[in-house]
Amino acid sequence: MAVQKLPLAKALNESLRKALETDPKVLIMGEDVGKLGGVFRVTDGLQKDFGEDRVIDTPLAESGIVGTAIGLALRGYRPVVEIQFDGFVFPAYDQIVTQLAKMHARALGKIKLPVVIRIPYGGGIGAVEHHSESPEALFAHVAGLKVVSPSNSSDAYWMLQQAIQSDDPVIFFEPKRRYWDKGEVDTEAIPGELHKARVAREGSDLTLAAYGPMVKVCLEAAAAAQEEGKSVEVLDLRSMSPIDFDAIQTSVEKTRRLVVVHEAPVFYGSGAEIAARITERCFYHLEAPVLRVGGYHAPYPPARLEEEYLPGLDRVLDAVDRSLAY
Amino acid sequence: MTVESTAARKTTRRSSGAKRTASASAGAKKSQTSEPELVQLLTPEGERVQHPEYDIDLSADELRGLYRDMVLTRRFDAEATSLQRQGELGLWASLLGQEAAQIGSARALRDDDYVFPTYREHGVAWCRGVDPANLLGMFRGVNHGGWDPNSNNFHLYTIVIGSQTLHATGYAMGVAKDGADSAVIAYFGDGASSQGDVAESFTFSAVYNAPVVFFCQNNQWAISEPTEKQTRVPLYQRAQGFGFPGVRVDGNDVLACLAVTRSALERARRGEGPTLVEAFTYRMGAHTTSDDPTKYRADEEREAWEAKDPILRLKAYLEREGNADAAFFEELEAESEALGKRVREAVRSMPDPDHMAIFENVYADGHALVDEERAQFAAYQASFAEEGN
Repeated sequence: MAVQKLPLAKALNESLRKALETDPKVLIMGEDVGKLGGVFRVTDGLQKDFGEDRVIDTPLAESGIVGTAIGLALRGYRPVVEIQFDGFVFPAYDQIVTQLAKMHARALGKIKLPVVIRIPYGGGIGAVEHHSESPEALFAHVAGLKVVSPSNSSDAYWMLQQAIQSDDPVIFFEPKRRYWDKGEVDTEAIPGELHKARVAREGSDLTLAAYGPMVKVCLEAAAAAQEEGKSVEVLDLRSMSPIDFDAIQTSVEKTRRLVVVHEAPVFYGSGAEIAARITERCFYHLEAPVLRVGGYHAPYPPARLEEEYLPGLDRVLDAVDRSLAY
Repeated sequence: MTVESTAARKTTRRSSGAKRTASASAGAKKSQTSEPELVQLLTPEGERVQHPEYDIDLSADELRGLYRDMVLTRRFDAEATSLQRQGELGLWASLLGQEAAQIGSARALRDDDYVFPTYREHGVAWCRGVDPANLLGMFRGVNHGGWDPNSNNFHLYTIVIGSQTLHATGYAMGVAKDGADSAVIAYFGDGASSQGDVAESFTFSAVYNAPVVFFCQNNQWAISEPTEKQTRVPLYQRAQGFGFPGVRVDGNDVLACLAVTRSALERARRGEGPTLVEAFTYRMGAHTTSDDPTKYRADEEREAWEAKDPILRLKAYLEREGNADAAFFEELEAESEALGKRVREAVRSMPDPDHMAIFENVYADGHALVDEERAQFAAYQASFAEEGN
């Protein structure tokens, strides 16, 4: 039976299992990924079945995890490393930015760095500080890295394997508050391309563009808008570097309005990049300025305030109304 | 006796090679009073001395080979310094004074070993068979490295301090996974020993028993910061806290560097894990051609170290033993000049990269934005050609 209904975290687990089975060079590395199976159990059972040589519990040192993964990649391995939480990636940021991203260019293409860095990201789970951030723009800004984020179980299953097969370093952001959402996974399907956007819902009056955890919010907003007679299209971007601007352009040429939604702070965020480029590409099609909905220019707040900080249904619908009012 | 126990034993006598700059810190003074002895096989006067653990038996031919490596490396280095002064290179990081540390350690390596250098390992590159001219591309500004690391098992120069020690450790973990008996060597300096990545590489290599040798060239200065600003204990002693042996070797003694590194590599090959080698040496020149060491260190210090010159020391030994005649030195002199000339010509004829190289090798599998910007740039460049017509 190729089609199963799996929570997103379990889909990732199945994807890693498949990757380990398919390619003996694939390794899993990170803190607590072995016996515990990861703090979110994404690597559950993998060490038991593939051994400590393939599923490696590491010292508690993020730069060390990424730096040694680079060395393993240079030796011909394909390491998939887990950073336990978004805010913990920064000790490894130097290795990712100054080494992982640039080494292929430095060697004039003679070496490849097929390293995947999995980062559970985003808020909405009532966590303490450094456990709810969305730093994707910091990585997308760096040439040499690719940055993707699935929003559902099927993409989680397929995109992770595609990231592992990529010869480029891929930062794989996992929407942690969607880990427990179930979705259908067809393990025999032919997956879409890793960096292509997907139309999650068709519409004709306005386009909502989102990725990762915000896709679900946007789908809910589109359903609510439908009840008010507004036809909203939802694009799941799936990839933040590269961004599938062609898909956004196609949608905007149809709907003539665009709202970009993400959890990360709006300031210097991926919404700014999308707004600028779509304004260039679609200047004569747009009926309203591209609007953005996202986090504020403030540290991610304590859990009791995160519902105010995170874009929810009302803030998205408010932006839809503002756009349609032009 | 293990390397570790020997190192621990040598805590009382201060060797001739262990002169340190003064520090106002009482703690630093305390560490200096217990300065360890260096492993030494050749005195600064060129006298062969014995060491209970590190012995080496080299033929006259091999000794001349080490001398040749050091002389040619110094000549290459001097040529590059001149080329920088002549405006042919944007920057140069001279290895002057560190020839023995680099040649001795590198000649201990097998072809299937893998080297992770920092940006000053010109002598190691020489021993690995990397064309010296290739090292100059990044200093001339035509690329950021430019060679294939797998051609000579010599990784690209790494500028961010200490990063490569983790790459070496990861690579060594891979070697162990492959069941190979090759080893990995990571070069870094005394300044790098303060970096978290170096500490993390010590942790990882110890935990996974990785076959890696950490070769620290303690050249006494990290730009203007003396070693006392990096550590309160002799650097080789760091290893003990991570659970592997450390040893301090006279970094101006090519025989001792060869013997100690060979021993550490053999230990790694036997599956006994990492070793930290601290080569106690001196950077006779500036940190780079942008640096001005007269602002932070005394002439007397350099003069004291000149008396321990690694090349003069081996030359004295070769002559003392009758292992090299005048013809050898004359031929080497001619070879040195030829090398200098070749390097000079290679640099001056090095083409600037094609403009489109900006967009090459950013990604292995391509990237839509790079493709878009490449096309825009090409069109922009082409617009000038059209105007010219």
